[in-house]
Amino acid sequence: MPGLRRTQEDRVVTVPGPSANTVLVSASAIAKSIAGNPVLSDVSIAVHGGEVVTVIGPNGAGKSTLLRVLMGVLKADAGTVVRRPGLTIGYVPQRMEIDAALPLTVTRFLGLSCRDPARIREALNEVGVPGAGQMPVQALSGGEFRRVMLARAILRAPELLVLDEPLAGVDVAGQAELYDLIGALRRRYGAGVLMVSHDLHLVMAETDNVVCLNHHVCCAGHPEAVSRDPAYTQLFGAAVAVYTHDHDHVHDGAGRVVALGDDHGVPDHSHEHAPATPVPESEAKERVRGG
Amino acid sequence: MDDFLLRAILAGLGVAVLSGPLGCLVIWRHMAFFGATLAHSALLGIALGLLLDVNLTLGLIAVSAAIAVLLVSAEGRRGIATDTLLSILSHSALAAGLIALAFVQGVRVDLMGYLFGDILAVGPGDVALIGAVAALGLGALAFLWRPLLRIAVHEEMAAVEGVPVVAVRIAFMVLLAVVVAIALKVVGILLVTALLVIPAAAARRFATTPETMAAFAAVIGAVAVLGGIGASFVYDLPAGAAIVCVAALVFVAAMAVPGARALRRGRGV
Repeated sequence: MPGLRRTQEDRVVTVPGPSANTVLVSASAIAKSIAGNPVLSDVSIAVHGGEVVTVIGPNGAGKSTLLRVLMGVLKADAGTVVRRPGLTIGYVPQRMEIDAALPLTVTRFLGLSCRDPARIREALNEVGVPGAGQMPVQALSGGEFRRVMLARAILRAPELLVLDEPLAGVDVAGQAELYDLIGALRRRYGAGVLMVSHDLHLVMAETDNVVCLNHHVCCAGHPEAVSRDPAYTQLFGAAVAVYTHDHDHVHDGAGRVVALGDDHGVPDHSHEHAPATPVPESEAKERVRGG
Repeated sequence: MDDFLLRAILAGLGVAVLSGPLGCLVIWRHMAFFGATLAHSALLGIALGLLLDVNLTLGLIAVSAAIAVLLVSAEGRRGIATDTLLSILSHSALAAGLIALAFVQGVRVDLMGYLFGDILAVGPGDVALIGAVAALGLGALAFLWRPLLRIAVHEEMAAVEGVPVVAVRIAFMVLLAVVVAIALKVVGILLVTALLVIPAAAARRFATTPETMAAFAAVIGAVAVLGGIGASFVYDLPAGAAIVCVAALVFVAAMAVPGARALRRGRGV
């Protein structure tokens, strides 16, 4: 598995730096319509230094629009958005459609943000795709592409990492790896993370704060609390809300359940996933029903 | 060599070195139709230039640039798809240009020359102007290259990272308007887009970086100009059309080259 390179700092619990209590970006009571359709109304949200805030919601709930407003790409119709002056944002968009006619290797792509080839190699190593440097960006798989985008974010040394559906287009096993990578990077670099997901359970372990969005904020707070909130249940259906933590296994290519280890859900845990090992029959059955 | 032939070659090369790199950006950003719209509106610029009695190329650059800025600000509004908007503008401007030209009194307007180009008729002043525009245009393009690439990769991401997206886009449109205005002399309104798109598309086969693609596109454009003017001289062909045909032949030959590096490179790491 193209894992995260272990280093000493990785195992150290990050002591909240001086920035931990500063607000990186906040919005209060914002509203936004697109082409006459109200997309956001009365939405308030804040991301502090070192904090992970996950916005969840169904398709078309306005999640990406909220990110754009917070980053300043779109202007809110009403309400206020405050970004810390000089805030460096590392943005990982949901999709990138780079035309096939643009000859661009991964190294050159990263070179648009950073001119130091040594740092580019280092960043690619760190996100687990050390050999991708000479590949055309258009040839990357979904998972490789996300890793390259994370490398790009690292090179910018952002104070705020904005991830729009960072696990979309990646198979289930890859999602877990990628998600752990995001957590490790966050701990190492101490950046605040603002992320969009349509699946709370995938991102629960690393999330400090969940904002459940469906044009307005349905509920917000600690992930465990949100997953039991009636508003959340109503939005996503009881079937999903039953599980409080879904991050205890992944499926391998054949659809078999693969255990990840037992330290999940523990804050600040750090590990590499074990290679695929068989799972007790009983657990596998239970998971198949849920998954 | 005859003077008119030398002037034609110099003018053609001046256009090719700028239209090649700019054409790369046009195809990366899917703006071929935008170039065609600028070209079609050029006739209106020429008519206005004649009516106002100013240097035609300068008048043309001014009008094209104004239309480019107008298009940027009109884009994405009113729920009209961009290609629809471009199609409406393109053909309305061409029609309006034809009517405006009919109002120009006392001047025998060479309509065919504008529609299909008349490179063999460029004067020393035209050559100097094309040379100056090409030099300035290349300088501006070099200055804007990195932000333009970042926008071509992902416009929103570039904006988040502090690239002044609107300003860079307008500058690019103006640059495009300028190259269209000078390329008109060479291949005419109806074939201008070909000079932007075909050399760049042919260059893609051999390029592994954006910069080499831009350089190859300029070289292929230059080859097309030399080949086209040569063929025109020897076989008495219309020069603009011959240039575009040579470019098209180079493109077909490039596609036929087996194992062109960039496209065949597998995923082997």
